[in-house]
Amino acid sequence: MATIIANSETPAKTGESAVPEAVVVRFAGDSGDGMQLTGGQFTLSTALAGNDLATFPDFPAEIRAPQGTLFGVSAFQINFGSTDITTAGDAPDVLVAMNPAALKTNVDALKPGGLIIADTGEFTKRNLEKAKYESNPIDDGSLAKWQLLAFDISAQTLESVKPFGLGNKEALRCKNMWTLGLALWMFDRDRGPLIDWLKDKFKKNPVLADANIAALNAGHAYGETAEISSTVARLNLAPVDSLPGLYRTVTGAEAISLGLVAGAQLAGLKMFFGGYPITPASAILHNLVKMKEFGVTTFQAEDEIAAVCAAIGASYAGQLGVTSSSGPGIALKGEALGLGVMTELPLVIVNSQRGGPSTGLPTKTEQSDLYQAVYGRNGDTPMPVIAARSPADAFEVAIEACRIAVQYMTPVMLLTDGYIANAAEPWKVPDPKTFEPFPVKFLEEKNGEDQVLPYKRDERGVRPWIKPGTPELMHRIGGIEKAIDTGDLDYSPGTHQAQTDARKDKVDGVAKGIPAQEVSLGKAGGKLAVVGWGSTFGPIHQAVRRQRAKGVDVSHIHVRHIWPLPANLGELLRSYDKILVPEMNTGQFKTVLRDQFLVDAQPLTKVSGQPFAIAEIEAAIATFFDGIPGNAGGDDLVPNDTQLPSIKAVNP
Amino acid sequence: MNDMTPIQTTLKDWESDQEVRWCPGCGDYAILKAVQRTLPEIGADPAKTVFVSGIGCSSRFPYYIHSYGFHTIHGRAPAFATGIKLANPELDVWLVTGDGDGMSIGGNHTMHILRRNLDCQILLFNNEIYGLTKGQYSPTSRLGTTSPSTPGGSVDRPARPAAFALGAGARFVARGFDVSKNLPEVLKAAHAHKGAAFVEIFQNCIVYNKDVFDDFAAPKGAEANQLWLKHDEPMLFDKGTKGLRVNLDHLHLEVVDVVDGDWQAAGVVVHDVTNRAVAHMLVEMPFGEFPMALGVLYDDPRPTFEAELLGQDARLSEGKAPDLAKLLSKGQTWTVEA
Repeated sequence: MATIIANSETPAKTGESAVPEAVVVRFAGDSGDGMQLTGGQFTLSTALAGNDLATFPDFPAEIRAPQGTLFGVSAFQINFGSTDITTAGDAPDVLVAMNPAALKTNVDALKPGGLIIADTGEFTKRNLEKAKYESNPIDDGSLAKWQLLAFDISAQTLESVKPFGLGNKEALRCKNMWTLGLALWMFDRDRGPLIDWLKDKFKKNPVLADANIAALNAGHAYGETAEISSTVARLNLAPVDSLPGLYRTVTGAEAISLGLVAGAQLAGLKMFFGGYPITPASAILHNLVKMKEFGVTTFQAEDEIAAVCAAIGASYAGQLGVTSSSGPGIALKGEALGLGVMTELPLVIVNSQRGGPSTGLPTKTEQSDLYQAVYGRNGDTPMPVIAARSPADAFEVAIEACRIAVQYMTPVMLLTDGYIANAAEPWKVPDPKTFEPFPVKFLEEKNGEDQVLPYKRDERGVRPWIKPGTPELMHRIGGIEKAIDTGDLDYSPGTHQAQTDARKDKVDGVAKGIPAQEVSLGKAGGKLAVVGWGSTFGPIHQAVRRQRAKGVDVSHIHVRHIWPLPANLGELLRSYDKILVPEMNTGQFKTVLRDQFLVDAQPLTKVSGQPFAIAEIEAAIATFFDGIPGNAGGDDLVPNDTQLPSIKAVNP
Repeated sequence: MNDMTPIQTTLKDWESDQEVRWCPGCGDYAILKAVQRTLPEIGADPAKTVFVSGIGCSSRFPYYIHSYGFHTIHGRAPAFATGIKLANPELDVWLVTGDGDGMSIGGNHTMHILRRNLDCQILLFNNEIYGLTKGQYSPTSRLGTTSPSTPGGSVDRPARPAAFALGAGARFVARGFDVSKNLPEVLKAAHAHKGAAFVEIFQNCIVYNKDVFDDFAAPKGAEANQLWLKHDEPMLFDKGTKGLRVNLDHLHLEVVDVVDGDWQAAGVVVHDVTNRAVAHMLVEMPFGEFPMALGVLYDDPRPTFEAELLGQDARLSEGKAPDLAKLLSKGQTWTVEA
């Protein structure tokens, strides 16, 4: 992501004569239609065109849901433009609907006057029935408030791939490339990189590569025909004004994987990753297996418990143990995390949060594991918790998690979520030479009078890290309470009190080594602070920016260090009259802030599985200024209960 | 076992400064001594030896051995051992578990460590009872065991650790009992095996399940009740007057009398530790009709998990320099000019 330009103009709306600064496009189709792939490739071409962007992949939990059904719709939204982009956009300007179900579940989100591109070839009687349409929306006038570009994409695709002799089913699979070709034409994009990518992807089957390329070119050529250009203006969005340097796109899962590898390198350690497949965390395991040359060992364990236990075992043996999961898996790891805290071994736990409780919404995003991260273990079990706010930010946060883990000999929980994990954004590739190393020093000699004292603490309350295999330093550790210094088994009352205090003080002390909390946008002190954490950064930032542009006294504070909180945060919060905490749960961070600082933090909560819309946060901000109690302040908002959040979700 | 240079130690060198906290008369004392006697004999290095355990009476074991030790959480010792061994294959890892820890709450991990064949020694102390929680029946308790949780007698059929291990794919399965003079020999064989070596050790819980193994472990009648298996030797017991042979019509083992030591004439099987089919018969043999099969039942090494996994990692990274700058800028990139 490019640097935030605090007071740049609000993106202009489409439909105006000038080229807009930003456009939101949503691709929607059957989960078998390849919409995520289409969106991913469109994202890449957008990045290569120099636009800033943010994406929101939204797909069902079923791998291949029954064809044509409403619950089988998979969507990919991208917001891109020549200005600073921090969210995937509230309402799309363009909706590509590959079948009736995709149209039905997504069209209400489309801006009035927005463009629908629909494949009439899929609007058959059977598909209309599956989508629960009583009449065909293409010709019954129900889409009148939008522009409609409906034609038979299926037939066009079949025609374009005819020379390759594919079966009907295989030929229709090229539909997404045909559609992508049209989209690339609309936004004046180079097809070159995509053609290269297709050649590489289908290198074992050149016929498929050629067919897909033909479909892509045909879609693009279709755009050039007269009848289309009369309906759709061709847009060429100028590149965003970014800092000079090398850029790539990155998803949260990629950034975390890279950050963990960088963190281990900076600590001078090999890394051991223990994982068990779970949505949406598995991507981290898939990324790390490709980084073995960095001293990374990956272990797919028999279950979540074994994954964390093996990681702790590796930390005990002198590597940086890492495990990753999502809420239900983290719950299973709970007892082992307690052992990690008790034995005081470094460990990084990544929680890619999803909707809960239980299995909940496996593919949808939520921030509802904050209590679990901060409080969710038996006993007094303090553990540092930090949160990533965007895909690119996840890189730095992962390094920070590694640093805290090894410098304080403690497990550290890194919170990300399904949205950050899957979403992509441009990332200015950092120069590793600018990273501050934090090399680990293992204890090599006895630290007591002729004996080893594995629990002798330094001035920060941190015990030494002793690798098995080190001569003369044999000792035993475990989950039972232990004597001061020696670590011998000792659960006498005084010892437990002293060690509990020592563990708490050590983790509290982490706050001394972290930066003071800054104000992301606005100033310290004033009428209202909007305080966020994690992936709500984008919508909060844009909402506060828009309100500030209107002269509203509101500031944005975004907290990375959830536990312990930055030392100055209490004082900073008390400098505002009011505090609003938007989060995708029922008010968990709000509770932590109230508890820690006795401030009147007000919640803005949402658990629909969808990120906040900017407008929802703006509406909530307005309630603090319009003097009308209970007025959400969003009168001009179009209610939308389908995919993107509705005003009903705003409940301050 | 790990590949190591033998170190000179004595039994004393392996005693930690910790006060042993088992009940007086507990079978664990005898096992501790047997292990402490074995370690010098195999030339083990205290600095490179790690004892890992879960939770339960048996799992206190690491505190009493002067080496590296990790007393972990209930049932999960195999997972910790896996992380330790993968992080440093030079460490000699011993895993101490019990029938509750290893067969009940940790049964899953026991299965997977054996299937993967991580190089370590797994000592499962089977006392057929939950000792540390005061006497509830365990997954290995015999049918009808009365306990605080089964006052009317247990109704679920017991798990058999050695059979479980073999079924899970173990490449080394042995049995011994706490006070047996043969236990160090069994432990030595386990250590000599490269891979996961599973040893079921029957252990007398003097408080909650006293003398439950006396039917075969008591000195009186031991000759008739114990079959100590040795590789390449006939399966003889009761001072060589009895043996085991395979009934070829029904494909099972049966006890035969051996007259005048002529075991060949009686058709007694010669024990081959690499014969998996016979191993399956031995672990399934019901005691009573048959003697208790003890010693090394099966020993046929395969490549270890850590050798396979780390070897593959090394091959995959061959010729690739760990260049962080290159890694970060992987994929399609673009440059914004100043």
